Amino acid sequence: MTRMRARLLMLHLLVLTLLVVLAVRLWQVQVVRGQEFVTRATETRTRAVIVPAVRGQILDSSGRPLVRNKTALVVSVDRARLSRMKDSGVKVLSKLSAVLGKPVADLQQRITPCGPGVGKPCWTGSPYQPVPLDEKVGTRQALQILERQEEFPGVTAEIHSVRQYPGGRAGAQMLGYLQPVTEAELEKREGLKASFSGVDLAGRDGLEYVYDDALRGKAGLRRVQVDRMGKALGVEEQITPIPGDHLVTSIDSRVQAVTEKALGRAMKSAPGADGGAAVVLDARSGRVVALASAPGYDPEIWGGGISARGYQWLLSDKSGKPLVSRAINGQFAPGSTFKISSVAAMLRAGYPLNGHYSCPGSVAVGGRAFNNFRGIPLGTLSLHMALVKSCDTIFYQAAYEQYLKDGGRFPKRKPKEVFANMARSFGFGAPTGLDLPGESSGRIPDRDWKKNLWNATSAINCERSRKGYPEEKDRARAEFLKRLALENCTEGFLLRPGDSANFSIGQGDVLVTPLQLARAYMALVSDGKLRSPRIGWAQVRPDGKVVRTIPVPVVGRLPISEKERLYIKNALSQVAADGTAAGAFAGFPMNQVRVGGKTGTAEVWGKKDTSWFASFAPTKNPQYVVVAMVSQGGMGAQTAAPAVREIYEGIYGIKRKPAVPDGRLTTRLPRFAPDGTVAGG
Amino acid sequence: MTARAVTIRQPSLWRRMAREGSTVRRLDGVMLVAVAGLCVIGTLLVWSCTRTWAPGSTGLVKKHLLNEAIGVVLCAIVATIDHRAMRAYAPLVFLLSLVGLGLVITPLGATINGSHSWILLGGGFAVQPSEFAKVGLVLIIAMLLAQPAEGSDRPRGLDVMLALFAATITMGLVMLQPDLGTALVLAVITAAGLIIAGVRKRFIGVLALIAAVGVFSVFYFQMLEPYQVARFTAFVDPSVDPRGVGYNSTQSLIAIGSGQLLGKGLLGGGQTTGRFVPEQHTDFIFTVAGEEFGFLGSVTVVLLLGVVLLRGLKIARECDDRFGTLVAGTIVCWFAFQSFINVGMTIGIMPITGLPLPFVSYGGTATFANLIAVGLLQAIRVRRQSFS
Repeated sequence: MTRMRARLLMLHLLVLTLLVVLAVRLWQVQVVRGQEFVTRATETRTRAVIVPAVRGQILDSSGRPLVRNKTALVVSVDRARLSRMKDSGVKVLSKLSAVLGKPVADLQQRITPCGPGVGKPCWTGSPYQPVPLDEKVGTRQALQILERQEEFPGVTAEIHSVRQYPGGRAGAQMLGYLQPVTEAELEKREGLKASFSGVDLAGRDGLEYVYDDALRGKAGLRRVQVDRMGKALGVEEQITPIPGDHLVTSIDSRVQAVTEKALGRAMKSAPGADGGAAVVLDARSGRVVALASAPGYDPEIWGGGISARGYQWLLSDKSGKPLVSRAINGQFAPGSTFKISSVAAMLRAGYPLNGHYSCPGSVAVGGRAFNNFRGIPLGTLSLHMALVKSCDTIFYQAAYEQYLKDGGRFPKRKPKEVFANMARSFGFGAPTGLDLPGESSGRIPDRDWKKNLWNATSAINCERSRKGYPEEKDRARAEFLKRLALENCTEGFLLRPGDSANFSIGQGDVLVTPLQLARAYMALVSDGKLRSPRIGWAQVRPDGKVVRTIPVPVVGRLPISEKERLYIKNALSQVAADGTAAGAFAGFPMNQVRVGGKTGTAEVWGKKDTSWFASFAPTKNPQYVVVAMVSQGGMGAQTAAPAVREIYEGIYGIKRKPAVPDGRLTTRLPRFAPDGTVAGG
Repeated sequence: MTARAVTIRQPSLWRRMAREGSTVRRLDGVMLVAVAGLCVIGTLLVWSCTRTWAPGSTGLVKKHLLNEAIGVVLCAIVATIDHRAMRAYAPLVFLLSLVGLGLVITPLGATINGSHSWILLGGGFAVQPSEFAKVGLVLIIAMLLAQPAEGSDRPRGLDVMLALFAATITMGLVMLQPDLGTALVLAVITAAGLIIAGVRKRFIGVLALIAAVGVFSVFYFQMLEPYQVARFTAFVDPSVDPRGVGYNSTQSLIAIGSGQLLGKGLLGGGQTTGRFVPEQHTDFIFTVAGEEFGFLGSVTVVLLLGVVLLRGLKIARECDDRFGTLVAGTIVCWFAFQSFINVGMTIGIMPITGLPLPFVSYGGTATFANLIAVGLLQAIRVRRQSFS
């Protein structure tokens, strides 16, 4: 028995050891690492459901909605779940395609994440987000999906709020659009990460993009307790979402509508027109009243995810790239509208304000003849009349003289370049800083620009000058191109006399955007200060409290005296009444509203002229600056000026109800009732 | 003296039971209290984790109480049997357990939860003969090894061989189901019997070597089911497949760890309510204790198990016949092994093996077998000859 006792004692020790091991390990798991497991338990036991915040509306200056929300049934697909299926979800998608009436291939492409070799409309959002496939499903279709979940695994139909555009196509490019948040955006913006959800959309262009943070609001959170199968057991924590703020803009939706209509009519009136823009600024505040671009598109196209065809259409040459706003991205030679800058440059260069200048039919610049419009001599003119009658030769002559003063072909160390620098002072050659993304800067072709261009292109030009253009069928044209290449190769870095002459009347290489031109005119006719225009006016909380008013910053001053400025403005005030636009404004009640302005007809090599009209009204203490541009629209007086006239007629209610009472724009923000409705402005 | 002073005021039945030398007085009260405590805790835990199966139900708690009641009756009956008489019945009990195991292989057997180890009795009741086989093997091994060789205190070689033979047959039948966990328990019972009986260390060493070769070849020739291999892989590194085989151990660690020092309170365990840990009322019942009663509660369970084991060893030591000592000692090893493996796997120090926690887990046959074993321990204690 002693042997057995000994062995039992051994067992005793073993049992004690095992008990101690268990106790120590329990202490380690539950007490030492307890907190860690509490965290992990919370992670496994709960699901955070993001409750998206209602996005703020974009309102016009009187509180009328430009973009608002409506609730819609949205069908979305959980990609991750589909990809785990044996057939990668093809069966589910084909069933879904039958219900939604969309081709399977289209649905498949829309759920494929964007990447190399994957074209639009691929999925730009996170691979873990459900992909919305249709935002316009009917109740019947939604029920079909919801009632037979076993046949549609990974597909949901939920009520979401989607954007609605009461103005239809009006200002589509300016308003912008929403698209699902990309992972890159999430990384970039810390605040976005917290409010990330499966249905999160971010502004991708236009006002929606620039004011995204204000409009977005703050998503709420519902922490739901779930079981192993993901079934919800109860709500553990709830944070209500904070709705986004409204953006009150200075856009007047009535003026915007009038502007869109006038632009559309102008486009139709010119047979070759391939694009146009119209800008209406409030000369007293520096804000944008209307911004239109043609061709336009219906922003509803973005709803529910854009289709492959839809996206291609928005960017195709055939449709005229309606996604691109000509008002801020269209860069065209400004033609004679540019002469306000040239007159100012002449004054800066010392030409007398009250002098008399000869306007012959033609002047020789660098050995080449530069003609007036149709070569008609206009006699001796004051600068005032030079603008009214749009004489070219006076400006050619002055620009050429300044060119020679700078040293001509072989410039001094520091050429003055009076014309180019004055153009810059008028805000050309740089973005206006408007609150829209992707604005173009236009182009001032000065000596530096020429040099840089030559550095970039001389290799090709020089090769062409040797080899010619054998692929060109027209021999005369091939010969011309070869000579051009040779000239560009040998002296392309030089600003030639002709370049400077062309620049003075807004032809040649100079490019401006309609918005740049409008704000240059605004500076000239208001107070000589160059402003960075704004569309956004105020950020207003849904309960009506104004969070902030968006100021219109002054970014420069025209380098001319008040007397000179008023002289130019006075000259322009006569154009519509007696000058080049007199025909277009025939019958317009000038005694009621006097409109001033300047026509522009810019020649484009190989294309029809660009038609411009830059204007302001009333000439005494102007309220509006209106610029219209029609690409390939012909003469300024022919296409753009009538469009501008129509805009003024709409605003002031000539032969119809005025869009703006008394033509006077509101200076007060709309008032909101506490429930968020507009009480009246 | 004090005991007598107290007994004066006791009713006559209690006085008779409490009389010095009576059966009741000689029961191991401490062990019985510990077992009762484990049963009560087990009942609460089974309630907590099965009440969510259907809204408004009490889950399996009623059935569990019934099982425990039957088990207590069985325990009481066994405790009254003279364990020396039991020695005579040992072969019969063993043969009956073999018949039970054999029936499982016949069409009478049923598969529940992937293991073919049940015999359906109808009316929603089923027995698991492999649990009774543990009792049968305990008795037959103790019987065979109780008789020492002439002039020695070691068992005879023939008896050892017979014991190994009996163990091999039992384990073989269990492995046919297949039930690796129970087979391991049977191996532990056999090994414990041999060690306690005083078999030479050399011989035990050889057996251990054979066992090691056996385990190796089982792996090497891939005789295990894929899920069993996966469980071992997951034990070595739970992060291998946290959603698959590693899921159980990960989730049970989370449940236990999140209980922290004091626990979330009975029925307050979110992981338990959410049913994240599989098989929570049987093999993973300890996770409910860990989550809802915290470190204090789970250590109490371990302590109560420890009390049962140490009191069992005390019974084995104090018994002065070899059969009783062997029965008590092997039962303790059975409980110890099963408890350690079960608790160990829930806290990540043992691989996942389908073994219930004695007295706590839900399961009719296992409860019967465990309480019968307690009855055996009590029977041995009651008839120890310390007073002669």
